[in-house]
Amino acid sequence: MEKITNFFKSFLLFELVKGMALTGRYFFARKITVQYPEEKTPQSFRFRGLHAQRRYANGEERCIGCKLCEAVCPALAIKIEVAEREDGTRRTTQYDIDLTKCIFCGFCEESCPVDAIVETRMFEYHGEKPGDLYYTKPMLLAMGDKHEEQIAKDRAADAKYR
Amino acid sequence: MINIEIDGKQVEIQRGSTVMDAAHKAGIHIPHFCYHKKLSIAASCRMCLVEVEKAPKPLPACATPATDGMKVHTHSETAVKAQQGVMEFLLINHPLDCPVCDQGGECQLQDIAMGYGAPASRYSEEKRIVMHKDIGALISTQEMSRCIHCTRCVRFGQEIAGMMEMGMAFRGEHAEIMSFVNSSVDSELSGNMIDLCPVGALTSKPFRYTARSWELSRRKSVSPHDGLGSNLAVQVKNGKVMRVTPIENEAVNECWISDKDRFSYEGLNSPERLTKPMLKQDGKWQEVEWPVALEYVAGGLRHVIGSDGIDQIAALATPHSTLEELYLLQKLMRGLGSGNVDFRLRQSDFSTDNPPQSPLIRGEADAPPLTRGGREGFLPWLGMPVADINTRDRLLIVGSFLRKDHPLLAQRVRQAVKRGAQANIVHASDDDLLMPVANKAIVAPGELVNQLAQILKALAAEKQVAPDASVQGIEAGSVAAAIARSLDSGERVAVLLGNFAQQHPQAAQLALLAEKIAALCGAKFGFLGEAANSVGGYLAGAVPGGQGMNAAQMTASPRKAYILLNVEPELDMHDPQQAMAAMRAADLVVALSAYKHHATDYADVLLPIAPFTETSGTFVNTEGLVQSFKGAAKPLGETRPAWKVLRVLGNLLDVSGFDYDTSEAVRDEALSGMNVASKLNNTLNENVGRASPDMVGGAHPTKAQGFQRVADVPIYSTDALVRRAASLQKTRDAATPCVMMHGSELQKLGVQSGDIVKVTQGSATVRLVVQADDTLPEGVARVAAGHPATAELGAMFGTITVEPITGERA
Repeated sequence: MEKITNFFKSFLLFELVKGMALTGRYFFARKITVQYPEEKTPQSFRFRGLHAQRRYANGEERCIGCKLCEAVCPALAIKIEVAEREDGTRRTTQYDIDLTKCIFCGFCEESCPVDAIVETRMFEYHGEKPGDLYYTKPMLLAMGDKHEEQIAKDRAADAKYR
Repeated sequence: MINIEIDGKQVEIQRGSTVMDAAHKAGIHIPHFCYHKKLSIAASCRMCLVEVEKAPKPLPACATPATDGMKVHTHSETAVKAQQGVMEFLLINHPLDCPVCDQGGECQLQDIAMGYGAPASRYSEEKRIVMHKDIGALISTQEMSRCIHCTRCVRFGQEIAGMMEMGMAFRGEHAEIMSFVNSSVDSELSGNMIDLCPVGALTSKPFRYTARSWELSRRKSVSPHDGLGSNLAVQVKNGKVMRVTPIENEAVNECWISDKDRFSYEGLNSPERLTKPMLKQDGKWQEVEWPVALEYVAGGLRHVIGSDGIDQIAALATPHSTLEELYLLQKLMRGLGSGNVDFRLRQSDFSTDNPPQSPLIRGEADAPPLTRGGREGFLPWLGMPVADINTRDRLLIVGSFLRKDHPLLAQRVRQAVKRGAQANIVHASDDDLLMPVANKAIVAPGELVNQLAQILKALAAEKQVAPDASVQGIEAGSVAAAIARSLDSGERVAVLLGNFAQQHPQAAQLALLAEKIAALCGAKFGFLGEAANSVGGYLAGAVPGGQGMNAAQMTASPRKAYILLNVEPELDMHDPQQAMAAMRAADLVVALSAYKHHATDYADVLLPIAPFTETSGTFVNTEGLVQSFKGAAKPLGETRPAWKVLRVLGNLLDVSGFDYDTSEAVRDEALSGMNVASKLNNTLNENVGRASPDMVGGAHPTKAQGFQRVADVPIYSTDALVRRAASLQKTRDAATPCVMMHGSELQKLGVQSGDIVKVTQGSATVRLVVQADDTLPEGVARVAAGHPATAELGAMFGTITVEPITGERA
């Protein structure tokens, strides 16, 4: 009996019809393709993109060089050197993140006691030469200055879950 | 013995112990801050509250005596609630700035808060702020708000360091730990307060913000400074030594180290470090490669041997060198056929050495007579284990700047005195030892022998035996009689000779008299080792044997070539004037040094050698304890461990037996078949002491010529490393030396304290500030050695003249 059904199915191109039906169904369904870069997918406020270093409203950098992010980083992507600044506060003299090592786990952000190192929604960056993706302190601070508004909004949105 | 039960465990402990002791014995941890096993009990932090059955309230374990049948619960509901409550109170005023705190990661408050504290605090009001005070270059009190008032630092000062430099001022919420108004903490043990502080209130100033505790790898090492051989944890980050902390060793340093051991690491990172071999060519210093430098040295030495004879080469090594370095240096010299090698740079009386004609006994029968140095017989050591000092009940300490020369041994003497021991001092200077001294005889250096002879005489009278022949004609004074009485009344007596006595021109006389005193009252007799390898140098054989010259002879009759192993002759030698003259006159001076120092003036080759953290090696401490250590960091630049340099030099000079692969191989050969303990021998050569009565009479040096010089080596000038430790050099102990004299002498000279005077010794004159010190005997001028300001002067002992300069004040 099964032999006969199979014979007729192959004879009448049943599989083709079935496949085309699926195609047809999606042909008329609502489209989900995003026309990047004109269009973009929505992002969570917890999106973990490119890192940034934040400042306080008065322009003082937040980072106090506690090195917790360096210690927690599973990829050993962060390198920090600390010294006492003239005013007696503890500050970093070097804060580098090697983005080629970074796995964007967000632990650095999680461990930071002063919300200095954050991961922004920024994911569109590239490097052309070796070393381009080695982000230093001025680059990270510039990143923070540029996106501070968004960063602050995202932290505020996330605050109630912390 | 009584039985108590802690958390269901039965513990048997001594009557009089506390619950804390019992818990410790049972292996149960009770959280605590103010309790410390070496300090008295304050019971001020209340963190160790435990529940005791039948007691109405929780009791502090540290201050509750254990009683028979007591039942204690450390984790019951009551105990946990009490502990959480205490922790909440402690954290009320604690700033919780752990991320910027240097103590973060190794903080007891942090750990205990995590383990025993409540999850959250109910306190939301303002925290108190304590302003910081400047208490010196070593300890930072920048964040005094972190203090939890455990008073460990206060008790340490009172009980261990011997002077209360920190105290608690004000009451209640206003209570503050502080030093006396506007005064710094100057104790030579002050760094231990940093370790003791359970929070980050007292932190290390040089270490401030340089590393976090989890970044550091701890490597075991041994102190290269005084003769104690304190066990150190050298903490390294990225190949750089960031700080040094103690490793507990009850038999040596207990849980303390001196500031010298703790902060001298700064010298390792000094900009003065020599990193490449340097050669003087046509009067100009040039950096060269190692093979070039070593070939030059070998060629130079060969030339001197060829033209002037082997006798014209002399080798001097600092007693802070490792056993391996000293052994290879003497092996090299003996391999070349010379016995001109010595490490006792500040010693001036070498008559304790066996007479040169006596055979070398340590050499194997079939070996050439000069291959091994070291003699049977005299090898000065402490005469007892270090820990035994605490149990002495009578001590006679002769010629020692005890507190500054041996900070931790002084601490042990202090503990002994606290238990009721009587300390008797015979010295040329009356420095405050920070302990009650039973009797002291402060006499001019020239009278020291006489003073000891008086004590021997008085002791013989006390014991009702016939006095020694050498002291027949001596009249014992009242102080000597008092000291003799004190020694006679003790059961566990020790007679110890300090650095000053060993450097004294009549050192052998002093030692012999001290030995006789010790023999008469059944005391232990010993020498306080000046440097890390004061015993090791003898074991290595780095002392002249046969026809060899000792350190004094080598500079008194200048040689053509010198090999200096980490020696800075202007600071390390007994007579810098003479030593420098010899260096300047020499054809070839090979300086193996970790630093670019004044050797650039007179040396021909500078070979960079590794300081103790960058080489493996062995120090034999003053009780004869052999302690080996490994390098903690990589040698800086092209620096090489000195034993490797000497090994290659041995090969280049075709001396046989220089095929070592490891420093352990060198050590094993140096100590092969040697029972170190049986080698230690304080018994003086019989020939030494047949003291002629005029020597006992104390005719040296004559007073008429000027003043007798008393030279201490300031605590932070003793060796090349501490001299370059920046923070230690900012302390009060490192101040530029003054001339100190009795007030009446100042009057006679017509000067006042603070005036500048001309000090002349030998051919040199220096200008120094003069200070009155009425504790010094008359006719004595105390001028420190080992410091650049006084380096031009002559021998550490001898006659100096002091002349006023009108109208100049410091």
